[in-house]
Amino acid sequence: MTHYPENQSRSALIPVLHMAQSDFGGWLSVPVMDYVASVLNLLPIQVYEVASFYSMFNLKPVGNYMIEVCRTSSCWLCGAEDIMAHLENKLGIKVGQTTADGMFTLKAVECLGSCGTAPMMQVGADYYENLTIEKVDFIMEELKKENKYSRYC
Amino acid sequence: MSEKILLALDHIEGIASLPVYAQHGGYAVLKKGLSDIPAQQVVEEVKISGLRGRGGAGFPTGLKWSFLAKPEGVPRYLVCNADESEPGTFKDRYLMERNPHLLIEGMIISSYGLGANTAYIYIRGEYFYIARILEQAIKEAYAEGYLGKNILNSGFDLNLHVHVGAGAYICGEETALLESLEGKRGNPRIKPPFPAVQGLYNCPTVVNNVETLAAVVPILDKGGAAYAAVGIGKSTGTKLISASGHINRPGVYEIELGVPVEEFIYSDEYCGGMRNGKKLKAVVAGGSSVPILPADLILKTAEGAPRLMSYESLAEGGFQTGTMMGSGGFIVMDEDTSIVKNLYTFARFYHHESCGQCSPCREGTGWMERILHKILDGHGTIMDIDLLWDIQKNIDGKTICPLGEAAAWPVASAIRHFRSEFEEYVLNPHLIEDVKHYYRLQTI
Repeated sequence: MTHYPENQSRSALIPVLHMAQSDFGGWLSVPVMDYVASVLNLLPIQVYEVASFYSMFNLKPVGNYMIEVCRTSSCWLCGAEDIMAHLENKLGIKVGQTTADGMFTLKAVECLGSCGTAPMMQVGADYYENLTIEKVDFIMEELKKENKYSRYC
Repeated sequence: MSEKILLALDHIEGIASLPVYAQHGGYAVLKKGLSDIPAQQVVEEVKISGLRGRGGAGFPTGLKWSFLAKPEGVPRYLVCNADESEPGTFKDRYLMERNPHLLIEGMIISSYGLGANTAYIYIRGEYFYIARILEQAIKEAYAEGYLGKNILNSGFDLNLHVHVGAGAYICGEETALLESLEGKRGNPRIKPPFPAVQGLYNCPTVVNNVETLAAVVPILDKGGAAYAAVGIGKSTGTKLISASGHINRPGVYEIELGVPVEEFIYSDEYCGGMRNGKKLKAVVAGGSSVPILPADLILKTAEGAPRLMSYESLAEGGFQTGTMMGSGGFIVMDEDTSIVKNLYTFARFYHHESCGQCSPCREGTGWMERILHKILDGHGTIMDIDLLWDIQKNIDGKTICPLGEAAAWPVASAIRHFRSEFEEYVLNPHLIEDVKHYYRLQTI
């Protein structure tokens, strides 16, 4: 809040939503958004419209680990579809779904700025780059072992 | 080997920390004494340098700065655009990750020149770990007195903050970025008024790309004329190119503007040639928005002259036979690449990222994506190709911000240069093998 001029607290909305999402299970429920609105002295709609605009905000529950696989040009050229297919098979879900145990959510995302190290996926704040099928298997095993939440802030 | 200006220090271990950066000549301009340089001279040096915006548009930076309105008693802002989301571009990420102090120093000097006492770095949300690097570097700079009140006794105050976005390509457009920074949806504003007059919180604001602001450091250190001596014609200085796709050595390269494209692709100093010895089919030279060019036109212009990596040479031939420098996202495709499928990934991208404010873009991007999906599935007709052409024409130039053009140009150029490939999909649907559609249009 101190980063912004007086009476411009609305500027803090996106950073605050990030924190709220991180603290409340990785997604933004309506009560959480209403709470954010009350903290920043905004109308609830001012929060909903922002939360629904940006792709990093989830408006539905997600798994402990959010696996985001890039699908845009450079990653596609370097085999992102094979990585995605492998993950779908391995987890037994389709893109956009969450595993029954609530551990993993699989999501396809647009360019994450990792084109030179394609294909890539992001889990929480971490970038996993130059992926191969073997590397994905290894990463998934590690994630299962750790069994933490993938949060980025 | 071209001279390195921005990446001269990036190989040094620990360069992200202030002591190491300072040891290698960092913050030299500040140490020399900011108060000795009149603010106007900073703007003049940048004008002399011929530096052009490195975010994609290539607008002369000094000129942009000179438009800044300076009414009495109204604060001015400098905003760094680090919302790097153009497919194929990852140079800013590299620069901020390796050498965050270069950007910070550039922002301090630029803010001084513009008379801004508050500056923001708007960074895309997915680069959270880089935001942490920047915050750490800013903390160091405050501790050393390079930021805050009365910087090194110059009488100049500056507060610098990192603001994290939340995943929206459109926020790379400067007015959408300002909206987002104000805590709103990233809908671009109608111009005029330009941000230089009414920007952040309705105050005069300059928005510049990361690479542009970083380049201000060498310009003030060595002088604008020395920077202008590098490069070719009106393309002065160096440019960071993000090379990706079917090449042996993908990565970020700093080139002196004017390097031949052929050398850039095949020389071991840069991309190192095509992967697996395949033939070059096409190149997207400046990020997904610029027209795609087939191998013969990217290596040589229509007149047969070698094409160079410069704003002018890449644009030679207009959109008929040329392309654009854009953000420097250089995507290389080999002979086995389906241009139609690649275009589909672009069309899907623009559909996903359209803010929905203008109907031609909101409806057109989705329509183009669906038609391309249909063609790839083997259900397309010849008329669909003409329809695609029609739709892109009706988006181009009919929207508030350039996302409309960015969505239209790849489609137009792909049909212009590779129409036969579209026809092949349409005429021989039984030959389409293994069309993969793992990515449904689902969002979470």
